Amino acid sequence: MTLVDVRQLVKHYAGARSWFGLGRAQPPVRAVDGVSFSIASGRTLGLVGESGSGKTTVGRTMLRLQEPTAGKVLFEENDVFALDPARLRALRRRMQIVFQDPYSSLNPRMTVEETLREPLQIHGLRGEVAALLDEVGLDAAFAKRYPHELSGGQRQRVGIARALSVEPQFVVCDEPVSALDVSVQAQVLNLLADLQARRRLTYLFIAHDLAVVRHIADDVAVMYLGKIVERAPAAEIYAQPRHPYTRALLSAVPEPNPRATRRRIVLTGDVPSPAHPPPGCPFHPRCPHPRKSERCRTEPPALREITPPAPPPGHLAACHYAEEPM
Amino acid sequence: MTAETPALLRVRDLKTYFVTEHGKGTARAVDEVSFDLYPGETLGIVGESGCGKTVTSLSILRLIPEPPGHILPGSLIEFEGRNLLALPAPELRAVRGNQIAMIFQEPMTSLNPVFTVGDQIAEAAIIHQHLSRAAARARAIEMLRLVGIPDPEERVDHYPHQLSGGMRQRVMIAMALVCHPKVLIADEPTTALDVTIQAQILELLDRLQQELGMAVLLITHDLGVVAGHADRVVVMYAGRVVETAKTDELFEHPLHPYTEGLLAAVPRIDALPARARLHAIPGQVPAATAWPTGCRFRPRCPHAWDKCLTEPPLLESGAPGHTARCWLVTEPERRQASR
Repeated sequence: MTLVDVRQLVKHYAGARSWFGLGRAQPPVRAVDGVSFSIASGRTLGLVGESGSGKTTVGRTMLRLQEPTAGKVLFEENDVFALDPARLRALRRRMQIVFQDPYSSLNPRMTVEETLREPLQIHGLRGEVAALLDEVGLDAAFAKRYPHELSGGQRQRVGIARALSVEPQFVVCDEPVSALDVSVQAQVLNLLADLQARRRLTYLFIAHDLAVVRHIADDVAVMYLGKIVERAPAAEIYAQPRHPYTRALLSAVPEPNPRATRRRIVLTGDVPSPAHPPPGCPFHPRCPHPRKSERCRTEPPALREITPPAPPPGHLAACHYAEEPM
Repeated sequence: MTAETPALLRVRDLKTYFVTEHGKGTARAVDEVSFDLYPGETLGIVGESGCGKTVTSLSILRLIPEPPGHILPGSLIEFEGRNLLALPAPELRAVRGNQIAMIFQEPMTSLNPVFTVGDQIAEAAIIHQHLSRAAARARAIEMLRLVGIPDPEERVDHYPHQLSGGMRQRVMIAMALVCHPKVLIADEPTTALDVTIQAQILELLDRLQQELGMAVLLITHDLGVVAGHADRVVVMYAGRVVETAKTDELFEHPLHPYTEGLLAAVPRIDALPARARLHAIPGQVPAATAWPTGCRFRPRCPHAWDKCLTEPPLLESGAPGHTARCWLVTEPERRQASR
């Protein structure tokens, strides 16, 4: 059953004006440029992309932490962007977010207990701080501590406990383990998986690291320059990536195996600015696909089902030549 | 890299301590670290935050701010037969940036925003090699071309803010290599970069190392980066070297439980099946002001026994060229079957 449905989400930021506001306005930054997906209840969608791909903006706009430019988000049939403030607040209890940086996302002047009580008070709920701490693997003694007394991993556990305190159904996890060391990262990833199983949570898991996503996601969507370029069940996308960008991204992940014999696809050039996306396929200036043609420079490829449909169906790619070998 | 080749850089019993803010304690950030770097090789130093890898690299070039830091007497950093720690400042400056160069993690903050990239690359060539301004500028253009920056004649007059993160890291590399150093210290050179840009920079470093024949000290938290680019690896934990081996050997037969744990904790794209649970090392790296007694990994170790509480293990050789600081090397029967 679909819990969250995102339809043609668009978020543009007004371009900066040069010359202290007197000059011509720059073109808008198309951070998110028509993104659609849905997440079934209890499942995890991994949203992957590099800096500037728009993945974080998708997560924040879905929760209306930023106002969208266009598009629709349905949460159990509620139109999130059409709600009045009171109903939005009520809905926010059911959709929460865990931020990337556990150093800046906790108030340094509040104890752990105060941090965890605040959302409960806002929503008029009762909750046990000790039980919450226990659920995220922290001793009850942490309640009296301040963030500076905690390690990065402990802070992130507090951030998770804060999100869970109001008993949400849906949690946006925005790069929740990127700032953590590998041994602690594994602890927090396992914790998120355990909590999901225990509380039947639905996750949007935003990350730049395809290897991390593999350990938590059921489905994966890859973003490039504000658009989803490929989406598939996780096992499928890792085994049979179809979009040249996904293939390059996968081949660039450093593998902890000195005898790895993967073929590396090293992309040339940088990601173009989202204020000046290339015409046609946004990836075409860097695309290493042998079939790359004039069509790629002029005609934007639609996100479409691979033909013939892969078993299981639901493997989409936005490439004119997704079926051709690379 | 054979036993007969003398090491280019020898680090012996390096101890770098910091007096903490309120004078309450001493952080033993680097505590008796020893390793050798041979000509032409890439030596990886891996470890998590707080293990002492960056302090080690800064100590080599004496870039530790004093106070609060100090390198203890008895430490030795020998480069081509000279102890860098005993070198007078002018002689040290002749080595630093000239024969031993360094690139840092943050290409955004390591470049001066008010000078063109050409000026910044040329500076070292003017100081160390006494080139004229014109010759140094020509050298800067040549270096930009070497590191793969398109239109170097034009880019040489650009300021850092006009370049992307990947381009800035290329400029950093050009700056470091302008005097053709014998040793390049690369401290997390790709950590701030996206994975496709990281792949470009690592490939560039590999190519330049082959072309210029320099030795590289590659400091990283990423075992994947080490696996693909280092000849040998030093694993650090809690201010100490806990394991040293050739890269293949380390990944195939890790001896130290920390190395084993770290390898098992790395998320993998080739893992089967998807959503596989990761192995996690319990607990966290302790504070440098209060390292545990005995073996510093003991509180997190699945194999620890009473000896580990009282006797700090020594670096023992488990195989030729493979050492680990763990009592299991000499008492392998103590290894717990399950992990």
